[in-house]
Amino acid sequence: MGSIALAAVMTGGHALAGKAGDTLNAAFTKELESVDSYFNSAREGVILQRSIWDGLLYLNQETGEYEGNLATSWEWVDDTTLELKLREGVRFHNGEEFDADDVVYTVNYVADPENGAVVQRNVNWMKEAVKVDKYTVRIVTSGPFPAALEYLSGPVSIYPNEYYAEVGPAGMALKPVGTGPYMVESVEPGKHFVLKKYEGYHDSPKGKATIGTVDIRTIPDVNTQLAELFSGGVDFIWGVPADQAEKLAAMGRFNVVNESTMRIGYLELDAAGRSGDHPITKRAVRQALGHAIDRQAIVDNLLKGASKVVNSACFPTQFGCEQDVTAYDYDPEKAKALLAEAGYPEGFEIDLYAYRNREYAEAMLAYLAEVGITANLKYLQYSALRDLRRSGETQMSFQTWGSYSVNDASAITSEFFKHGAEDFARDDEVKAWLDLADTSVDPAVRKENYSKALKKIADEAYWVPLFSYNSNYVFTQDAEYTPTPDEVVRFFQMRWK
Amino acid sequence: MLAFTLKRLGLAVLVTLTVSLLSFSLLFMSGDPASAIAGENASASDVDAIRALYGFDRPFLVQYGDWLTSALRGDFGQSYYFKMPVSELIADRLSITMLLGVCGISFALLTAVPLGVAAAMRPNTLIDRTALFISVMGQAMPSFWFGLVLIVIFSIRLNWLPPSGSNGWQNFIMPTVVLGYYAMPAIMRLTRAGMLEVLGADYIRTARAKGASEMRVMFKHALRNAVVPVVSLAAVQMGFMLGGSIVVESIFALHGAGYLAWESIARNDLPTVQALILIFSLFYIVFTFLSDLANAWLDPRIRVG
Repeated sequence: MGSIALAAVMTGGHALAGKAGDTLNAAFTKELESVDSYFNSAREGVILQRSIWDGLLYLNQETGEYEGNLATSWEWVDDTTLELKLREGVRFHNGEEFDADDVVYTVNYVADPENGAVVQRNVNWMKEAVKVDKYTVRIVTSGPFPAALEYLSGPVSIYPNEYYAEVGPAGMALKPVGTGPYMVESVEPGKHFVLKKYEGYHDSPKGKATIGTVDIRTIPDVNTQLAELFSGGVDFIWGVPADQAEKLAAMGRFNVVNESTMRIGYLELDAAGRSGDHPITKRAVRQALGHAIDRQAIVDNLLKGASKVVNSACFPTQFGCEQDVTAYDYDPEKAKALLAEAGYPEGFEIDLYAYRNREYAEAMLAYLAEVGITANLKYLQYSALRDLRRSGETQMSFQTWGSYSVNDASAITSEFFKHGAEDFARDDEVKAWLDLADTSVDPAVRKENYSKALKKIADEAYWVPLFSYNSNYVFTQDAEYTPTPDEVVRFFQMRWK
Repeated sequence: MLAFTLKRLGLAVLVTLTVSLLSFSLLFMSGDPASAIAGENASASDVDAIRALYGFDRPFLVQYGDWLTSALRGDFGQSYYFKMPVSELIADRLSITMLLGVCGISFALLTAVPLGVAAAMRPNTLIDRTALFISVMGQAMPSFWFGLVLIVIFSIRLNWLPPSGSNGWQNFIMPTVVLGYYAMPAIMRLTRAGMLEVLGADYIRTARAKGASEMRVMFKHALRNAVVPVVSLAAVQMGFMLGGSIVVESIFALHGAGYLAWESIARNDLPTVQALILIFSLFYIVFTFLSDLANAWLDPRIRVG
């Protein structure tokens, strides 16, 4: 043990930091569980995934169009079969050649639930992959799945078949090998990751990396991250709280950029009465909740930045996210009238569950109190709260959802309104529309049915959609980077000035 | 001495077993681990798949029995979160915590004992009052605040020390001071009280009367007796430092075992939490055991009593 401790102390100091040493030092807040992208469910994992591996497709952030990455062209053979032509001449970081065998192995491995990929929804839409020839492959879906391209350009990345068969997820986590713009030099699980520019990177729409080394350390305390930033130990952090970001911007020493994320906050209301008989099962009461909370004030004073009030049960840029829905503007008098109409002129008492952003929840308590609703805040760990929700014991909870950065309403609306354990509306009509929208390959049919579902969700006030989240990116003035609303930090698109 | 040692050893083993059973059952009752493993964005079917995969549906005693037999062979299973052997994970994290603990307790002892002796030699003087002030400060300042103040001064203003990480010895200076300073006041107060009591004893007067030098009286006669309770306290403080340096490890991003334990609880990473509880309680038990032996050696009366 002593020798390990000594080794920990002796192994060299920091590499020459910053632009002079061509090394970008970045900080993660959370300890990432595994670098293997199919075996983590963290934002940090997505960020590393996009740098180390490639998908078959790429979503151009500016045009919103899909472009070929490891595939060069693709076409639907029928409703459940997508045929892709693969790029030739691509090599993995370990020298292994990329071809159809890699796609077939990766897809068949992760799509098999036995192998336990953590986020099943990212992979379980694929039934299997079949090799046609060395550079042609077919992906067969479990049913019609129009969002396939979105997933192929996002969470589904291609692994080297020979290497993955040999080392498995445990080996991939410690020594990741991909085709991406960065190769991994070292991994100390959870705490330290070093990426090196991959000189042999193919001609991908992602573009070649320009910064030579990206050195990422996990620093859990945001104050310590800021101290590192000030003392030059770290060049790039994100997720900086609004008040700190304002001060940093005022100093003028760093680039401070605010960008929206796809996460939205909402109140989940037990309209179906899963937790018993209570006031929230009445539609007028749910509508009153919508009118009682000044969402704009919460955005202006607490979230700030690029955050916006949302009215529909999805993130506005998502495909099918209908914006023309009933909006509940801040009107305490109307809220009181609606409560009186529902038979609660004196208000009532209820529990509000929450797991993050206590200050937002407390602001909502104050607004509810103004219209006579006494809400008691029950603040729990995420997993504990989810257990309660899944067993239908919560009447009202403050929830958020980031849709995995998937730019399609199926990643949020369908997740919560198709009679799953976290569906508190249990509306058959909404479910039927969503089923149709999720499985149709005709974009017009999809749009129409998402629209119907979202309009009814708003009319019935099954949720009170609140606001979209934002993130503050703070980095050295030596570097240039434009963050994107999908909250994926793309190290390969950063460059020195 | 042998009978005494064996008796204490038997007791230590029983305490260890009790702790492991209690902690295992408490963790088992504390929530659905499958839900926590699945993570924040998992859907209902993800959670069900994980529950079956990890065998959480088996009876409690079967799971405990399995765990205990493997643990005796040094196999603590796979971390649910990191998907790697718990023993490897802990070996890495523990080395940092142990280094920090040893540095912290050394710092505490090296400052507290001399201060305590000095205060006892000149009770109710400026020296005594200064020592008291220093110790009250240590007790009153929260570690997270003290740590941040040190970072502001030595990392940001002076740029002498790195604020976080564990790459070199410089990384350990501020954490050592913060951790050690927290343990220092109690040790100092106990040294002072012990010295004051011993200095009034008859055998000190005898030692002085037979012409022993003041240094010899202080260190050979007085300190050896006064230090007996300090040894016990230092042992407990050491155990505390190894298990409870969570705040310090978090602020200075040291990724030690204390921080790992804290995070693993939130992640419901049962195998890791379980192994760490066992190891932390082993630390307490081993240190208490060693301090018992040390005290028995320092004070022969304890061996018979």
